[in-house]
Amino acid sequence: MSMKVGSRQVDGVTIVDCSGRITLGEGSVILRDTVRELLGKGNKKIVLNLQDVNYIDSSGIGELVSAFTTTKNQGGELKLLNLTKKVNDLLQITKLYTVFDVKDDEASAVKSFK
Amino acid sequence: MAMTEQRVSYTLDSSLETIDNAEEKATRIATELGFPDDEIMQISMAVREGAVNAVLHGNAYAPDKKVILAFERAGGDLIITIQDQGSGMDLSKIPNPLAPENLLKTSGRGIFLMRSFMDVVEIRPTHTGTELKLIKHVHGPSAGGKEASQ
Repeated sequence: MSMKVGSRQVDGVTIVDCSGRITLGEGSVILRDTVRELLGKGNKKIVLNLQDVNYIDSSGIGELVSAFTTTKNQGGELKLLNLTKKVNDLLQITKLYTVFDVKDDEASAVKSFK
Repeated sequence: MAMTEQRVSYTLDSSLETIDNAEEKATRIATELGFPDDEIMQISMAVREGAVNAVLHGNAYAPDKKVILAFERAGGDLIITIQDQGSGMDLSKIPNPLAPENLLKTSGRGIFLMRSFMDVVEIRPTHTGTELKLIKHVHGPSAGGKEASQ
């Protein structure tokens, strides 16, 4: 299953609902384009909802890092929401869990933005 | 690969499709061998990362270069080899992805993930490129154990 994304606004925060696989190729490109498009439109409070992301490889991990740093460099914040066990485990072993602000419910994720 | 066979190999193009193909083959074979679900995921992800290295960093998508993927059951081990026809890699130049200064790098985690998921990881130059060997014990301790590199 390739990756699909859809975005919605909740109290000034953009929630990006992702599903499928974030892997080298199409999945990584879709994520990259989505985040850049949001930032280009001035949406700088971004939550990536990864609830339905069932697989991610090292390229996908790199794309999450790129999305995080690109958003931060433009004065925004990007947070992760609803990690599956697989994605959570990968972020743990790569020590990226300490880098990302990870939330497990949408309401608290939205409220956490300043 | 029916696991009544001891070894099977595939010659694959240097393409994105090969990466998905290698992962699918690894998943199927690990399933046939009876690995538990978490180890099937580890094996398939390690093979995917190895295939990414072969296609991108080894063969650089060159249409005239091939990736040789082989699965072998030897004793209590599943042995997977991935050979490319590239110019080789210098392992000493691959930074530790867990070092604080490297955490925000967008690449360089593939070999680390392979080493995390497999019991043995060996990388060696050949006369035609690079050979990656991944070993998972069929009946033994799960990933995270020893590793060896050359």
